Amino acid sequence: MTRDQALFQFLLRLGDSTLILSHRVSEWCGHAPVIEEDIALANTALDLIGQTQFWLELAGEVEGKGRSADDLAYLRDVWDFRNLLLVERPNGDFGKTLMRQFLFDAFQSLMLGKLLKSSDKRVADIAEKASKEVAYHVERSAGTVVGLGDGTPQSHTRMQAALDDLYPYVGEMFVSDAVDAVLIKVGIAPDPASLRADWDALVGRVMQDATLDIPKDAFTHKGGKTGTHTEHLGYILADMQFLQRAYPGAEW
Amino acid sequence: MYAQMVKTAGTGVKTPDEMSDQERAFQARIDAGEKIEPRDWMPDDYRATLIRQIGQHAHSEIVGQLPEGNWITRAPTLERKAILLAKVQDEAGHGLYLYSACETLGVSRDELIEMLHAGKMKYSSIFNYPTLNWADIGAVGWLVDGAAIMNQVQLQKTSYGPYARAMVRICKEESFHQRQGYSIMMKMAFGNAAQKAMAQDALNRLWFPSLMMFGPPDKDSVHSTQSMAWRIKINTNDELRQRFVDQTMPQMKYLGLTCPDANVKWNEDKGGYDYSDPDWDEFFAVLRGNGPCNKDRMAARVKAWEDGEWVRDGLMAHAHKNKIKNAAQVAAE
Ligand SMILES: [Fe+2]
Ligand SMILES: [Fe+2]
Ligand SMILES: [Fe+2]
Repeated sequence: MTRDQALFQFLLRLGDSTLILSHRVSEWCGHAPVIEEDIALANTALDLIGQTQFWLELAGEVEGKGRSADDLAYLRDVWDFRNLLLVERPNGDFGKTLMRQFLFDAFQSLMLGKLLKSSDKRVADIAEKASKEVAYHVERSAGTVVGLGDGTPQSHTRMQAALDDLYPYVGEMFVSDAVDAVLIKVGIAPDPASLRADWDALVGRVMQDATLDIPKDAFTHKGGKTGTHTEHLGYILADMQFLQRAYPGAEW
Repeated sequence: MYAQMVKTAGTGVKTPDEMSDQERAFQARIDAGEKIEPRDWMPDDYRATLIRQIGQHAHSEIVGQLPEGNWITRAPTLERKAILLAKVQDEAGHGLYLYSACETLGVSRDELIEMLHAGKMKYSSIFNYPTLNWADIGAVGWLVDGAAIMNQVQLQKTSYGPYARAMVRICKEESFHQRQGYSIMMKMAFGNAAQKAMAQDALNRLWFPSLMMFGPPDKDSVHSTQSMAWRIKINTNDELRQRFVDQTMPQMKYLGLTCPDANVKWNEDKGGYDYSDPDWDEFFAVLRGNGPCNKDRMAARVKAWEDGEWVRDGLMAHAHKNKIKNAAQVAAE
């Protein structure tokens, strides 16, 4: 695998994850528990779309086949997507949506922290732009997880269920493979496995404040980063890509 | 206009003789163009009417998220998706400012929301129409935000201070929404045959409902006089509707779209367009709950509120625990 082939895959992993998570979060629009949350969720979805545009545009550039960020988002099929399985999980209740957000935000903030020092300046520049937003996201999602975990007995029960349900999708974030090996060597990206200890520490602190128990079972679902997805992604793409697929070549 | 057919409280405009000293002084301040502030004395009917009007406006912003939110996951490019997300986020923000303005009159946001859900308050009829193709998102920005601006620009001069100030903030964002909507319409109207058809279809369905946003014709508008005397309504429904048609027709011509009203025609003598009234029976049917989307809209809002109860309770319980913890800490020091 060449450096650019590996970088292309890595950028898709970043950009597809923010794209699909943004899609899921935007499904809340108009349906949140309070207006402040409607605003905050729309804001999160919007930030994630902005990040997607940066990552996928660079992916297209690195690939060198003239594909734009929109081409990549709208004209690939399921098997070409490289997002984490975690982000395609259905929203569930508000607590589950925020739990998924926090588990992802915690990872992304650590990943971006390392990418700030990437040997590829284009990657470092995007990480710089995204890291301020993500610092805010992780603070907010952590705060909500704590508030609901340590809220009423009902909110506690729901948050524990959310954590138990999503935890098997956490491990995939830290799996390293041949793509990572190439990028580690040239100093573009960190070994994802190396982020685990800091992630465990951050998530451990938040779950403690939230009075939630981290599941002991370490089973990990994998496949998203290499293109084997859950059944959900096909429906997400059917929605997302509808217009581009139904009216090929139209300008919008 | 997001506040249609707001029932004015009271028995009609009083003559100076019928007014108490307080009422006379109040009316004099309004006539002098002064702003009324939350702590000032105001007639009960003025307060009640404003609560209805601002509350209805706030509810409209919130329910208005739904027809546009309907297309966020299907927006055709990342850029369009981002713009639409930002717009819908603005609308929720407008709802928030307006509920806050309403709270200065002594009614809480939760009470207002519960009144909406119980069918005791309304939101604009326009949001009971569906968004069926992508051009609807353009047409909503162009026509619906356009009509809203027409009304809200005048309300920047309304007599109640918090409402007037909320309007100033909101109007800036609404004109951005309108421009974005028109930009979608241009892409569609100047696009391929299918896109042109979508643009025309959206216009066909949304034209008359947009005219309804200004409320019934002046001759049937029973509530206007008192509200105008109080300056919580500045222009009449027909004045605003005329202004809207005059502004919109040249834009429609530029897009090369056909107005679904075959009678729309420039009238040199009046210096404005003649146009047909919308079907007022349909308008009243929509207000009574029989629009194409009333049931879906209310069901979605009620579900969001009920499903969110455990979240609101949980966050409140946590805030309460923190308060006790902090107080205990202070006491221990
Ligand atoms: Fe608005
Ligand atoms: Fe609006
Ligand atoms: Fe708007």
